[in-house]
Amino acid sequence: MSLKLITKRCKGCGICTFFCPKKVLVITELNKAAIAEGKENDCIKCGQCEMRCPDYAIFVEKEA
Amino acid sequence: MKEELVEKYFRPGRLPHLWCPGCGHGIITGAIVQAIDQEGWSKDDVAIISGIGCSSRASGYLDFNTANTLHGRALPIASGLKMANPKLHVIVVSGDGDCTAIGGNHLIHAARRNIDLTLVVFNNSIYGMTGGQYSPMTPVGSKATTAPYMTIEEDFDLPSLAQAAGATYTARATTYHTQLLIDVIKKGMEHKGFSLIEAVSACPTNFGRQNKMGAPALMMDWQRQHGVPLAAWNKMTEEQRAGKFPIGVLSERTDRKEYTEAYDEVIARAQAAL
Ligand SMILES: Cc1ncc(C[n+]2csc(CCOP(=O)(O)OP(=O)(O)O)c2C)c(N)n1
Ligand code: SF4
Ligand code: SF4
Repeated sequence: MSLKLITKRCKGCGICTFFCPKKVLVITELNKAAIAEGKENDCIKCGQCEMRCPDYAIFVEKEA
Repeated sequence: MKEELVEKYFRPGRLPHLWCPGCGHGIITGAIVQAIDQEGWSKDDVAIISGIGCSSRASGYLDFNTANTLHGRALPIASGLKMANPKLHVIVVSGDGDCTAIGGNHLIHAARRNIDLTLVVFNNSIYGMTGGQYSPMTPVGSKATTAPYMTIEEDFDLPSLAQAAGATYTARATTYHTQLLIDVIKKGMEHKGFSLIEAVSACPTNFGRQNKMGAPALMMDWQRQHGVPLAAWNKMTEEQRAGKFPIGVLSERTDRKEYTEAYDEVIARAQAAL
């Protein structure tokens, strides 16, 4: 998976889930962004979540 | 923003920041950091000066020469700093209230002098920090704690105000249009003279809630729907423009002398007269 979430920083605002074109992300009951079940391989690395996260809590990692 | 940039430019141990969930101010702060990183400037050559407000808290997170100063007074303090050390890249961070209400007079005179500062105004249309009072940039017809029956005052068009006062670079972008925001901040930092960038932000807590704008993501989607790239804006009729605003570089001119350079000439004249 190329996404890295820093859960400690996430405030559950829902901006990443709303703008993700592949609906990869959800907000959990604990009010944190997470990868939706079954969507682990759907990320297209567009970077929209990383770009607009107000809390610097999600990153698209470069694959080695 | 990439984690490497957080590690490089943020003071350690300060995150999570204190802004509310979905507050746009973190995105603008990230855009400033990315613009500085693209310039490749040493941290010691950059100063970030802010006033008072949620927006002005940005300076405290960043590992440059920073000062969180007085409400409305960031520009005079930044001007003094620039005069004392013209080689510094001085970036001023302000809110719509900080910049256009209590700090409005400082704004027009900094623009008139064309001093080489880059001013980024975090415009969330409200006084966020103090609980949702309306500012001179609250859109007419909005609710605020000081206007429960809606505001009746027209809001400032800030880039136009700055242009009229003498600013030689003005731009606008939103937190939705993040890449554009980084680009126009970077261009403003490269411009020699007074640059103003209006960064349209969202305050879900004290503007969104009172005005029933919905979740933070919907406030950001509002920005997507209402911010129009300048080229498209120029082709629109007055009717099509209603309620919307242009984004991009709105003005740039090079025909006015920059203030610290003009002051160097004063020094030279005074020395010649000795
Ligand atoms: C001289 C003075 N007057 C009033 C205040 C109270 N005050 C603190 S922040 C603020 C307004 C902040 O609004 P804005 O600049 O729009 O920033 P935001 O919090 O929305 O980011 C005010 C009136 C103050 N700190 N100092
Ligand atoms: S990179 Fe794009 S596709 Fe992947 S999770 Fe983020 S927004 Fe969704
Ligand atoms: S009150 Fe508004 S401006 Fe202040 S941190 Fe909260 S959302 Fe942001």
